[in-house]
Amino acid sequence: MSKRIDAIDLNVYYGNFLAVEGVNISIEPRSVTAFIGPSGCGKTTFLRTINRMHEVLPGARAEGQLLLDGEDIYGPGVDPVRVRTMIGMVFQRPNPFPTMSIRDNILAGHKLNGTRMSKGDADAIVEKSLRGANLWEEVKDRLDKPGSGLSGGQQQRLCIARTIAVSPDVILMDEPCSALDPISTLAVEDLINELKDEYTVVIVTHNMQQAARVADKTAFFNIAGTGKPGKLIEYDDTNVVFNNPANKQTEDYVSGRFG
Amino acid sequence: MSHTAQNAAETARTQNAPRPRGKSTLTAGQMPSWVWLAVLAGALVLGAGIVALMGGGDFNIVGWLIISAILYVLGMYITTRVMENRRKATDGLWRNLVWAAFIIALIPLVAVIWSVLANGLSTLIANPHLLWEDMGGAAGGDVKFMREGGVGPIAGGFGHALVGTLMITLFAALISVPIGLLTSIFLVEYSRGGWFSRAITFFVDVMTGIPSIVAGLFAFALMELVITTFIGDTPRHLQMVKMGFTASVALSVLMIPVVVRSTEEMLRVVPNELREASYALGVRKWRTITKIVIPTAISGIASGITLAIARVAGETAPILVTAGFVANFNWNVFDDMMTALPVYIYRQMIFPSAAQAPDPSIDRAWAAALMLILIVMALNLIARIIAKAFAPKKTGR
Amino acid sequence: MVTESAVEPQRKSSLTAPRGGAAGDKVFSGLSLTAGILILVTLAFVAVFLVAESLPALAPEVFSDQDSIESADNFFEYVWPLMAGTLIASAIALLLATPVAIGVALYISHYAPRAIATPVGYVIDLLAAIPSVVYGAFGMFILAPVMGPIYAWLTENLGFIPFFSDGYSATGRTLLTASIVLAVMVLPIITSLCREIFVQTPKLHEEAALALGATRWEMIKMTVFPFARAGIISSIMLALGRALGETMAVTMVLSQGVFSWNIISAGNTTIPSEIALNFPEAFGMRQSELIAAGLMLFIITLIVNMIARWIVSRHKEFSGAN
Repeated sequence: MSKRIDAIDLNVYYGNFLAVEGVNISIEPRSVTAFIGPSGCGKTTFLRTINRMHEVLPGARAEGQLLLDGEDIYGPGVDPVRVRTMIGMVFQRPNPFPTMSIRDNILAGHKLNGTRMSKGDADAIVEKSLRGANLWEEVKDRLDKPGSGLSGGQQQRLCIARTIAVSPDVILMDEPCSALDPISTLAVEDLINELKDEYTVVIVTHNMQQAARVADKTAFFNIAGTGKPGKLIEYDDTNVVFNNPANKQTEDYVSGRFG
Repeated sequence: MSHTAQNAAETARTQNAPRPRGKSTLTAGQMPSWVWLAVLAGALVLGAGIVALMGGGDFNIVGWLIISAILYVLGMYITTRVMENRRKATDGLWRNLVWAAFIIALIPLVAVIWSVLANGLSTLIANPHLLWEDMGGAAGGDVKFMREGGVGPIAGGFGHALVGTLMITLFAALISVPIGLLTSIFLVEYSRGGWFSRAITFFVDVMTGIPSIVAGLFAFALMELVITTFIGDTPRHLQMVKMGFTASVALSVLMIPVVVRSTEEMLRVVPNELREASYALGVRKWRTITKIVIPTAISGIASGITLAIARVAGETAPILVTAGFVANFNWNVFDDMMTALPVYIYRQMIFPSAAQAPDPSIDRAWAAALMLILIVMALNLIARIIAKAFAPKKTGR
Repeated sequence: MVTESAVEPQRKSSLTAPRGGAAGDKVFSGLSLTAGILILVTLAFVAVFLVAESLPALAPEVFSDQDSIESADNFFEYVWPLMAGTLIASAIALLLATPVAIGVALYISHYAPRAIATPVGYVIDLLAAIPSVVYGAFGMFILAPVMGPIYAWLTENLGFIPFFSDGYSATGRTLLTASIVLAVMVLPIITSLCREIFVQTPKLHEEAALALGATRWEMIKMTVFPFARAGIISSIMLALGRALGETMAVTMVLSQGVFSWNIISAGNTTIPSEIALNFPEAFGMRQSELIAAGLMLFIITLIVNMIARWIVSRHKEFSGAN
């Protein structure tokens, strides 16, 4: 179920602009990896290249290799749609489909692709995914209500459940808690801790305490100045990055002397 | 800010004023509130005098009201200018002029609605059969009707015109909706702002400005070419050009730009996050568009299409030159001429069925005009309801 | 574990394994591209057809076996009275409608109490939807008889003005009546476009003006008009485009005739009305003449619409929006 990710000399461009330069990183299966760094340093851009969401934007592309269990997702003939079914993504703001019920939101990944399934199978997926996202008890009586009626934290967990439902190997999270209150944030962080038993989780966060709480390993990205590309500065075990960083920039950043 | 609020504030000020009115520094130099009544009364009396003098005997009420209104506006300006100051006077003058514009605009607009109701409603209630009968043999009935002194039921009806409008508009919609929808999908979802999409946007703008009669000429010329090229060019074949479908093509030329414009606007307001969420689930682009983007925007799209249908359903000129007019029912848009409701109204009013007995034709035309307005208004109302009722629930952000 | 069992083993093995629906993407994007191309082709056809069918009338010696066109010595002589009639009718309509329409728009946006403004806005929108044939009927049967006596008075008292000299039509079915009907028709268009722009005037600007002690009119002059100028002009141009192309109202109201400066007697005609009246019975050269007249109308409205859009795009940066 869970796969490793290796980036080799990955450059990411918006048109002619080099946004992220020379990323080399190995992310272990069944772990939580946090990307931290100041705004505009390319951590979200890099995250979006991992499931080829990056190229949805006009003119955006990536060069280099990005291996999923040894297979290059940027290799010739690879269908980005297939990559995205294997690498799911949760966004900054909860975005349940407004026209669908909670149940349909969970099944969206299957139904939208036209997969036929029996009602029993569908029910099983809904329950399993919602339980996996710690949301089952809260919504089991109103599965046919619109997903947009839930609270912000519930909506975000619904989006996580929706991602789990297509059984990906990797889950990417782009600042999943930045639009949530502290209590909902706690619920999502607990969930992230449970998810790593089955999935490879990569999370972008602005909140260093959050990175320290949830991540096994932490990658620090930085940018030399406006118009310069973002770079991966340091990547190590979370407690090393926060307590004993090897790089001066990392130390400045985590100790709050920077940005 | 509003007029009433200002008045209320003024009253409150006068009531609470501890000092006698006019002494307060805040209200100093203001006209007493009864001045406008005095000016109005003066204007009415003076206006009556002028009209009586000019009319030389008979008194014209409309003229009296118009002249009094002009006198009132002028009088208020002069009075305010004398009693207060120039800025106040200018402000008041323009306020009065804006109100006057509103009233002037209301008169013809109310008159249009009223004339249709007054002329059409009684005919329609007394002759409900107008709704489902056609004009076969109505001319004789009209002559008989007039000879008998204009009592009893009116012959004929506009059922065939209702059918014509329905079929022509239906086929116009069948042509325009797919083309319009797909074009706007191309513009919003696929194009990346290249010259091609800018060309389409530009020419859709151009199409919005095509005069309806020119659209009619175009459809006629197009069908003529198609038929002479592929079927034959005998006079009988040329006669075939005039059919309901030709009118549908003409209406499509008018309808497509409206559909493209409104759909494009609706697709653009669908948040990008929803598309990204769908892509991130590994859903293909075309399924994302058909299953996520369009359902989210469907209420706006549907109401835009309904408004476009309402617009073309009332068109006369392009149908007149493409589908002609007949007296009988015709359900087949691909064969023979067809009468649409607006064309029916036009023909009945300008060329009555029985030249020596025009009144029943004109009555039928007014009844048909009422029906046409009802259809168009209903479509507009439906569009509003769709837009309101089926809008996706606001997300709880 | 419930998944697409048929696909499952494949996706473990390779990223390049085919997955259903890729063809759908191609078909769908192809369809939408085709629709866009179809629109361009249609417009090209409109232009080509109009020109091709007009050629015999525009240059009869070259493109037909006749020496001249049927209705006049040459096409220019045939078409100029029509164009003049079209332009005069539209110009009068706009002169009448614009001040009133802007006044009504201001009334709705800045003067009327809220309880009146909203329903009036709805009614104006609905009026814009009334079919032109109904306006035509109104002009022919209701307005024209009312105008007859007024024309008598105008001739009698203002006969020294060329527009009102040399007699009048007692039936009232004249170019001026047609213009008034056109004015009533375009009024809702100008009003609803202007109202939309007026209410977008930044509240901050308005309040700043009021805080400086401006009266309401001064506030409107200082903030609303500068903000809305381009919008007002383009709405007038769009209304002009509509008035130029309007067929039925003129056809039904006006009793057509040759060109004359007198706008209160029978006479004059407009291009759309000429086409609508004569096209059903026309063939051969006559048909070419009418289509050529339609081409002229198309060109005029095209220019008007282009100017409107040019004004809008030129003033967008200076309007103070955003």
